[in-house]
Amino acid sequence: MALIDTINPLLTTGWAKGDAGWGIKEYEARGGYRQLRRVLESKMTQDDLIAEVKKSVLRGRGGAGFPTGLKWSFMPKAAPVKYVVCNTDEGEPGTFKDRDLMRFDPHAVIEGMIIAGYAVGAKAGYNYIHGEIFETYQRFEEALDQARAAGYLGNNVLGSEFSFDLFAHHGWGAYICGEETGLLESIEGKKGQPRYKPPFPANFGLYGKPTTINNTETFAAIPFILGMGGEAYLNLGKPNNGGTKLFSVSGHVNRPGNFEVPMGTPFSKLLEMAGGMRGGRKLKAVIPGGSSAPVLPAEIMMECTMDYDSIAKAGSMLGSGAVIVMDETVCMVKALERLSYFYYEESCGQCTPCREGSGWLYRVVHRIEHGEGRPEDLDLLNRVTDNMMGKTICALADAAAFPVRSFIKHFKSEFEYHIENKKCLVDPETQRMGSGFFKAGAV
Amino acid sequence: MNNDNAQLSPEALRRIDREVAKYPAEQKQSAVMAALVIAQDEKGWLPKETIAAVAEYLGMAPMAAYEVASFYNMYDLQPVGKYKITVCTNLPCALSGGVHAAEYVKTKLGIDFNETTADGKFTLKEGECMGACGDAPVMLVNNKRMCSFMLPEQIDKLLAECK
Repeated sequence: MALIDTINPLLTTGWAKGDAGWGIKEYEARGGYRQLRRVLESKMTQDDLIAEVKKSVLRGRGGAGFPTGLKWSFMPKAAPVKYVVCNTDEGEPGTFKDRDLMRFDPHAVIEGMIIAGYAVGAKAGYNYIHGEIFETYQRFEEALDQARAAGYLGNNVLGSEFSFDLFAHHGWGAYICGEETGLLESIEGKKGQPRYKPPFPANFGLYGKPTTINNTETFAAIPFILGMGGEAYLNLGKPNNGGTKLFSVSGHVNRPGNFEVPMGTPFSKLLEMAGGMRGGRKLKAVIPGGSSAPVLPAEIMMECTMDYDSIAKAGSMLGSGAVIVMDETVCMVKALERLSYFYYEESCGQCTPCREGSGWLYRVVHRIEHGEGRPEDLDLLNRVTDNMMGKTICALADAAAFPVRSFIKHFKSEFEYHIENKKCLVDPETQRMGSGFFKAGAV
Repeated sequence: MNNDNAQLSPEALRRIDREVAKYPAEQKQSAVMAALVIAQDEKGWLPKETIAAVAEYLGMAPMAAYEVASFYNMYDLQPVGKYKITVCTNLPCALSGGVHAAEYVKTKLGIDFNETTADGKFTLKEGECMGACGDAPVMLVNNKRMCSFMLPEQIDKLLAECK
């Protein structure tokens, strides 16, 4: 299991026992379902509940950072059928926090979803779970059975007038379903191709009904917010960036894993929690928010704090909180080639700029990496991204473009070296040893 | 046409019914993704007749089910070996040996990506992000079992236990 470390544990309080702590008894023992009970017994109004979440300035943990309370308030009050949907289609390269949340604390997600259902007036919900984590999907189904047996799900939750049921739906290998409307199409049993917006899901969502979609970590934070109060939660972080956040740290660190820190924690502190750089090597670059976020060179990253505003100011995005750490053994051209292949492979093919553009990006970066680059290729790449960004139904085209533009912007000389010398600036043996797969003499 | 492939077992249908029950009565199609996985588990892969059988059971057009089967990466529209091993080679995994792990498996099995060993035992696939980058290198066995920290020794062990 991924290593865990935390300052001010909140979301990760239930993780201490690893696989032994996920059941309903354990969750109740650490105060679980107490907030749901309080909401129902006190007959809290929907408006008060949403106001509390707004006060916390909880921002969507899936990547876009949209304020959760505001999103909930968009749901039309009068509609008879509404849905709550959880996005656990965690496929953004570098992100693996929702998997651990679902493995170690599934009932926090369930409680958060039930409370959200109450807040927006939905009677049913679905949790869309990444197909690759099927074992986690099975555990979540078990957790749902436990919650149903305990009276937290079903008709008249805990004897109240509120009824709510929740189901698990799994994906089967499509990055695009992490996009919320692609996800809805997928639940409806179709190809996961995103929909035009507007209408937004709050008006036309699952089966055409008003729907609130939030990320797993967002839902899991709800019981904690109600427990401590919105203002106290906000104060854990910094203004406009409430609470704590899970960061998935991968790549060239000594202890890859999930770390929960208050918003605004310096990147240097997070790096230290992750055990520092592997083998004591030098930090070269960081992708701070999942592979779709622009890369930042070491010197800029070391000045950042981990919150939406600081990372945005530095020219990137906090995204899903996936921090991909790269040391000096990385060839930036090769790194970009792999990312570009990913977007090319995962483009759903619906919009021409993305379907064709992602292929162009991959092929041109591929030829530079393989010694066939041309002097005009860097301009060509930037021009292709110009024709992709903002010109498609969903943000996958932008996600494909950001890495290309930022890698070229910050590491231009490495690309030029490649084109001119037809080889990597970082010698192949150094690159090979960087991964840690080959122990000296073992292979 | 193989008629066996157009039949799903009572056990498979019972499992599909359980999926159908998750959705509103008029939305049976929502169960198609899970139903195709159940069918794939039973047949080992998804022949066209099986996809059509799933579609018929759910009351949808065969083409609509085929669209789903061909859109999502983990449905196998061609026969695969007894053990399908998918290795994530995306960047975060590659930084911790994903690409090298794939090379190691290729050498051990003597096959490339999208190939099956002559004895029909192993098929190797290149995977995209599985959402477990902290455990890199990661591999999936037959779509459902995730294997973490797959360094040479662990790969040897995994291949040895696949009988």
